[in-house]
Amino acid sequence: MQVGDFQIAIVGSGPSGFFAADALLRSELPITIDLYERLPTPYGLVRSGVAPDHQKLKQSIQVFERIVRNPKLNFLGNVEVGVDVSVNDLRKAYHAIIFACGAQQDRRMGIPGEDLRGSHTATEFVGWYNGHPDFRDRIFDLKQECVAIIGQGNVAADVCRLLTRPVDELRTSDIAEHALDALAESRIREIHIIGRRGPAQAKFTTKELRELTALTGVVATVDGGQLELSEACEAELSSHLSATAQKNVEVFRAAAANLPTNAEKRIHFRFFASPVAVIGDSAVQAIRLGHNRLSGEPFAQTAQSNGIEEDLPCGLIFRSIGYKGTAIPQLPFDEHQGVVPNQLGRVVADDGPVSGLYVTGWIKRGANGIIGTNRADSLQTVESVFQDLGTLTTRPADGRSSVMKIINERGKRIVGIDDWFGIDAAEIQRGIEKGKPREKFTRVEDMLTVLG
Amino acid sequence: MPHVVTDNCQHCRFTDCVSHCPVECFHADAERLYINPDVCIDCGACIDQCPVHAIYDVIDMPDDKAVWIKINAERSVQLPVIRAQQSPLATAEARRAELGF
Repeated sequence: MQVGDFQIAIVGSGPSGFFAADALLRSELPITIDLYERLPTPYGLVRSGVAPDHQKLKQSIQVFERIVRNPKLNFLGNVEVGVDVSVNDLRKAYHAIIFACGAQQDRRMGIPGEDLRGSHTATEFVGWYNGHPDFRDRIFDLKQECVAIIGQGNVAADVCRLLTRPVDELRTSDIAEHALDALAESRIREIHIIGRRGPAQAKFTTKELRELTALTGVVATVDGGQLELSEACEAELSSHLSATAQKNVEVFRAAAANLPTNAEKRIHFRFFASPVAVIGDSAVQAIRLGHNRLSGEPFAQTAQSNGIEEDLPCGLIFRSIGYKGTAIPQLPFDEHQGVVPNQLGRVVADDGPVSGLYVTGWIKRGANGIIGTNRADSLQTVESVFQDLGTLTTRPADGRSSVMKIINERGKRIVGIDDWFGIDAAEIQRGIEKGKPREKFTRVEDMLTVLG
Repeated sequence: MPHVVTDNCQHCRFTDCVSHCPVECFHADAERLYINPDVCIDCGACIDQCPVHAIYDVIDMPDDKAVWIKINAERSVQLPVIRAQQSPLATAEARRAELGF
């Protein structure tokens, strides 16, 4: 840390935090960046969100490893901003703070029975199979035969794929051992993936959708009647903005020709249906679906109930209908949108912009897009930081020394970058004998034990 | 399957794709961009960013564009990485109109 440097903190070490750090480091500024992370492990959803059978996407970690080795950047893991240290403490210490802490809460369906045993969020399941410490001890009743997944985006696709892919195909991935063991005992045979609108509005990217229709021992089907499209849907599909939707509909049409005979497992795409209630006494027995029709102009069509309901028997439900951020004390927050209100990344309170506070990634724009989307988003936020630089640096900022004192008084073990590389090496070592790229530590205390 | 920049990039070079690439796999000469297939992680973030639909996942590529797979692989490694979005070529808007986008 050099006196006179531009002192900046980034909160969250997922893709958007790393891309913000990278954009800052590429400037010629004398700068010190402290990258705060509540877990001992960096890389956010690339580590704990991207599915274990998508190892190629995880190669983006190589880019983050290059960034994290920059001597102007300090990784400060196992420190939770808002708990271990307050936003106001950080504001005193830094010229600017960029929040890149993602969207950690699932949106709720808001229906009766939602919290019955067997009704889960996709986040819990994804975190569980990826070894995220928050979800290590979740239990999913994989003895059930029939599952309903609510939502038709890529997270729903991940959940569906991990529930249906032959478990032997996962053995050489970095899937957490406890999840592999549980999935090996799974009896799941039928999965319904349910969307409130039609095939032309499904949010899957085509690559993820195609994977669902090409799994070994799995047949994906659609009721052909659900693929008869209205004029408004055809109008959407004929736009050059709808390349993904066009390809998706082609994939659904091909699936409609599939006969589900002899398949070990079946995936059913269900459209025009909204969850109305989860049915069951002590555990999930069925989900009540209300049938929908679409109304409105092309690209603004909404699902409207047509009054018909049906009960779909199932023993497990995963909802994946969107995500929202979590409020941090002393940081403005829009409860409804689930984001921090901002203009081009500058945090805005009710009475105007808050000097020195910025956001990027899902906490800024909402939970949409893929890894690369966050690079463009972080470039925009960092551009705002650079424009404000003259104002930000009019007051002195000492950087992390005062913050370290606060954290140390709390008795928190800060995980630095060399500590993380130690955990990383130990995980890779644990994976070798199993033929896995790594066997993750799934408890924070186990990670800290490695550090001695 | 790798992702490939095809002929529509020529005379355009909008470069919107570049800022969406998480792994900096785009390379450029004065006329157009190329993807290094050994660096691309097939995330597809670039595809929808191109105003003239020049980028394809190979699995979706029309046969008449297959020649671009080899060109991207060969040219990309000979050229510098392009990390930041740049101004499009002067001919870009005319070319976009010609292509019907």
